[in-house]
Amino acid sequence: MDALLEDWAGRIREAAGGGGKLAIRGGGSKSFYGGAESGEPFAVGDYRGIVAYEPTELVVTARAGTRLADLAAVLAEKGQWLPFEPPLFGPQATVGGMLACGLSGPRRQAMGAVRDFVLGVRLLDGRGEVLSFGGQVMKNVAGYDVPRLLAGSLGTLGVILEVSLKVLPRPVAESSLRLASDEVAALQRLNQWGGRPLPISASAWHDGVLTLRLSGAAAAVVAAQRTLAGELLDEAVADAFWQSLREQEHAFFAGDAPLWRLGLPSVAPPLGLGPTLIEWGGAQRWLRGGEAGAIRAAAARVGGHATLFRADATLKAAAGVFQPLPEALARIHRNLKQAFDPQGIFNPGRMYPDL
Amino acid sequence: MEGTLADRRYTVDRTRLIRRLRAVLPASALLAEEEEMRPYDCDGLTAFRQLPLLVALPESEEQAQAILRICHELRAPVVPRGAATGLSGGATPHPDGVLVSLAKLKKIIDVDPLSRTAIVQPGVRNLAVSGAAAPYGLYYAPDPSSQIACTIGGNVAENAGGVHCLKYGLTVHNVLRVRGLTIAGDIVEFGSAALDAPGYDLLALLNGSEGLLAMITEVTVRLTPKPELAQVVIASFDDVRKAGDAVASIIAAGIIPAGLEMMDRKATHAVEPYVNAGYDLQAEAILLCESDGTPEEVAEEIGRMRAVIERSGAAGIRVSQNEAERLRFWAGRKAAFPAVGRLTPDYLCMDGTIPRRRLAEMLEAINALSEKYGLRCANVFHAGDGNLHPLIMYDANQPGELDRAAAFGAEILELSVRFGGTITGEHGVGVEKIMLMAEQFSLVEIDAFHRLKAAFDEHGLLNPGKGVPTLARCREYTQARAGSASASARP
Repeated sequence: MDALLEDWAGRIREAAGGGGKLAIRGGGSKSFYGGAESGEPFAVGDYRGIVAYEPTELVVTARAGTRLADLAAVLAEKGQWLPFEPPLFGPQATVGGMLACGLSGPRRQAMGAVRDFVLGVRLLDGRGEVLSFGGQVMKNVAGYDVPRLLAGSLGTLGVILEVSLKVLPRPVAESSLRLASDEVAALQRLNQWGGRPLPISASAWHDGVLTLRLSGAAAAVVAAQRTLAGELLDEAVADAFWQSLREQEHAFFAGDAPLWRLGLPSVAPPLGLGPTLIEWGGAQRWLRGGEAGAIRAAAARVGGHATLFRADATLKAAAGVFQPLPEALARIHRNLKQAFDPQGIFNPGRMYPDL
Repeated sequence: MEGTLADRRYTVDRTRLIRRLRAVLPASALLAEEEEMRPYDCDGLTAFRQLPLLVALPESEEQAQAILRICHELRAPVVPRGAATGLSGGATPHPDGVLVSLAKLKKIIDVDPLSRTAIVQPGVRNLAVSGAAAPYGLYYAPDPSSQIACTIGGNVAENAGGVHCLKYGLTVHNVLRVRGLTIAGDIVEFGSAALDAPGYDLLALLNGSEGLLAMITEVTVRLTPKPELAQVVIASFDDVRKAGDAVASIIAAGIIPAGLEMMDRKATHAVEPYVNAGYDLQAEAILLCESDGTPEEVAEEIGRMRAVIERSGAAGIRVSQNEAERLRFWAGRKAAFPAVGRLTPDYLCMDGTIPRRRLAEMLEAINALSEKYGLRCANVFHAGDGNLHPLIMYDANQPGELDRAAAFGAEILELSVRFGGTITGEHGVGVEKIMLMAEQFSLVEIDAFHRLKAAFDEHGLLNPGKGVPTLARCREYTQARAGSASASARP
């Protein structure tokens, strides 16, 4: 173990022995997400660098403090990328934070999420032990799939040190279309198109306008343009639009009203809870404002869940950030937390108050 | 053959257990006579046979729940079983426990073309899901070789793969929700019909957990639109190294084939007389490279694939001209296991995954080991994702051959780990490879697995003796390895 990790392990053991709490921080770009940070700051963003990258293996391994922007630049040199389009929310965003938050961009419904691409991790657990799980190969069922378990765990299970990810070649061709549509019709069409072999890689509906992105072989993109018959967007306009959704720079996300993220079955009807932006073919819906209890109940009624994505600390504390879990599941969560972090030192309350 | 199943013995009062189970199950759902239980004594790993204490065949989730509650209360082990096509002994019975077959839970509950999902019980066969989805132009993408027989519950437990994983993913990428029972009998839902369910990604954890964390009672799978067209390029090479390079070049060119498979000469020679796939028998290795999508897309991609493969020095290239020919080309690959089975009384199928760039090196090492152990070995390879299936041929009736075959296989898997890969890509650890876990993981990592397991099953009742070796076993293994290494280092 190198000196830095020795030092970290020492601090972890000290915290574990003395009732300490640690607030793990990579780049800090997503510190707004989840419950409030508490505990002594534990900065890990300097542990950075790409450890291995073999483009023909479609695998990259990077230390957790590696800036996502730096990783993307290295992949782009070889015509590859992380196809789930993780949002950065700031230039300091790191690979470890990406895994810990588990967020994905507009391409998620077509390509999957972080959890679908993580192959291996190294982490420091609550005893200060360095553990490696998974590996650098695509198919691997030796041992429980801890790497995917860490996606979205918000640092509550350990300090992520190193991450191996599957990467993919960028599509040969892309284009975006725009169509006028009301909400009901947009949801209907998105779900119908989803059942056909069309190269739709992203979708967004807001305020009567449905925008689609097509990605794939040039011939397939051109053929789908004809089938879907919308207004073709200028490439620069389209790129800026999808980027504004991924990074929440779109006008919908401006202002201080609480931002709710609803994960719903894509076929769920409009919930009528106020101004809405729909992504992922209907599976992700953003809301501004509204009453927490009503939003959570409406989401649960159609088989989904609601996350208080951005809000002030008071509202977050009152409403909780994530949809509450049924007791049998909550018990497994507490037990897992106990398994990896027996003294409960990592990011307390970041996911649920009792984790 | 008890092996690690004997690592921990459970004191179970069989008479009392039978009495309690009879009270909650119809008579036909509980088997207690030896001759009735005999058909359940192994899974696809037939070298390991073990009679369970009892066999239960629940007909509903309520019955499964009742069984688990009783077993939990009486501290009796429980081994879940699907179609038992698994190759690593994940469903081998425990001598002190109840084998719970989920074969009777075989209803397709719903197929929804609009949301592109199907809700099925665990005993539904993999291919039956695609069959039910076909009228809507949809299918279930993961296609393990055993897909005619294997069931969805087992697919989730093993995180089953297949020949189209590089593009369409493994089981974990195609399952949205698993409903199941904890060992205590609590009903839990992992994942949901919506994406990114709140909390830890327990759904991902369930996939590939080999029945050690929960018993599956219902699964929501994602359905995929059936591509309009698929075509396969079949290329022959006079050198396995060139075939390996061709695989790397295809990926480097930015192509993700729908399937990318390699077979060595021994494998093609086993297959050709059996299915007449039309393979080039002069070749040292053949490559199957598939494209699917719209007709325009396929034409464009096949052109790019052809160009790359030609540049890689292929001795011959053919492209399937119609669906019948495409299926014939694939039939050879899909029949590789039974074809090898015709050449030998017994065979062991290994399942290591390695970084693709080490392929040629690995095949040379396997040839050397084949000579060392005096056993033949044919190789089929999911080249797209680095997953190698060496088929080691032996005769169990010849004294010592099974042990030699096992040692041969273990050396291949040790090499897989040394090359930066894993001891199992898609078949699971089960009882077969449990000791090799110590090759891939440190003691603290193995201990973390035990703690994770305890988070679901504190008394260690679900499928004990599988998947993760005890720490004592790991220490023994490491000591034995150190001993043999120093012995062989002596002049």
